[in-house]
Amino acid sequence: MVSLKKLSEKEELLAPGHRLCAGCGASIIVRQVLLAAEDPVVIANATGCLEVATTIYPYTAWRVPWIHSAFENAAATIAGVETMYQVKKRKGEITRDIKFLAFGGDGGTYDIGIQALSGALERGHDILYICYNNGAYMNTGIQRSSATPKGASTTTSPAGKVIPGKRRFPKDLTAIVAAHNIPYCGQTSPSFYNDLIGKVQKALSAEGPTFLNIISPCPRGWRHETDQSIAMAEEAVTCCFWPLYEVENGEWRLTGYSKQIAEGKKEKTSVIDWMRKQGRFRHLFTDARKPFLDSIQEEVEREWENLKKRCGY
Amino acid sequence: MKEKGWKECLWGGLIVDAGNSVLYKTGDWRSQKPIRDEKKCTDCLQCWIMCPDAAIKVKDGKVVGIDYDYCKGCGICSKVCPFDAIEMKEEGEQ
Repeated sequence: MVSLKKLSEKEELLAPGHRLCAGCGASIIVRQVLLAAEDPVVIANATGCLEVATTIYPYTAWRVPWIHSAFENAAATIAGVETMYQVKKRKGEITRDIKFLAFGGDGGTYDIGIQALSGALERGHDILYICYNNGAYMNTGIQRSSATPKGASTTTSPAGKVIPGKRRFPKDLTAIVAAHNIPYCGQTSPSFYNDLIGKVQKALSAEGPTFLNIISPCPRGWRHETDQSIAMAEEAVTCCFWPLYEVENGEWRLTGYSKQIAEGKKEKTSVIDWMRKQGRFRHLFTDARKPFLDSIQEEVEREWENLKKRCGY
Repeated sequence: MKEKGWKECLWGGLIVDAGNSVLYKTGDWRSQKPIRDEKKCTDCLQCWIMCPDAAIKVKDGKVVGIDYDYCKGCGICSKVCPFDAIEMKEEGEQ
């Protein structure tokens, strides 16, 4: 268990005054991640909401060394910085321990940055890559990505009479990353800060590449009130749309609330109830769209059963 | 902050003053204002860990106030508080 009192004594490494929207999930995630880190950190950031809104020239919200180069290459950028550190350490020019992190949104991770991410994971750099996953290109005005849930209306998968929002399921990036056989990866949610902070600390203490996929509510893109962000990221977990799990040296394990659901200690909630609270799914609640809506519930069920099997349930 | 011409900017778009975003006050975005009831507050710090803007001021493990210079009024603190110690009020109402 994390002691919030102890954490609150640490320096705030993401300064206020950044221009992320009210109720943004990304800055909650970054704050929790930075509080979890015990060593000094260096961060690379892919293009996206977080990068744009925290570093509007001539201001920066970061109180740690931070670099942005392009949309597709946060993983390659941090891999380069980490390599330089390893060389300098070997030569004795740096003696202290430093951790290397990359932040990317789902656009910069699932789509545009996947090649750089896959490369960095395969080469074995000692980095932690964090995807704050809000399920669309929110920064440019809500375009679909390969992380956008089925049925969500975005400007490039607009719901209308013919199209029911996005017609495809999101790809399972965490499983793709796990297939790289890296020491540690997993999924978490800022609503379960114990789970999130625990996983960040585990990832940072592992040697080699690590990855966390973190669900990041977006009031603008998901179309919910700004005060609902934490509730949305919580219900995504309780309805098993976003299960909490980790893969450590090839061993799959459910954690926290998801583990309790699998063991029958907590009630699983309905995916459709979670969707009903978000305007991006509003168009699905008609009689005509009922079969489509049901297909979403079925798919989430199937994925959850698959995950449980992988985790030995 | 005075705007700089391109000749005065550092190469590569460097910003050397880490965390200087504090000079930019986002509090004026707010339309709903969180008001904390000290009597109900138990210093559980749920609001602090969930605040997107680091606007819950904590000293020695205790909540000492809300930083209205940066609070954007999202209302997350009010929702996550297990003790109903934070109430959202229309800005200008109090």
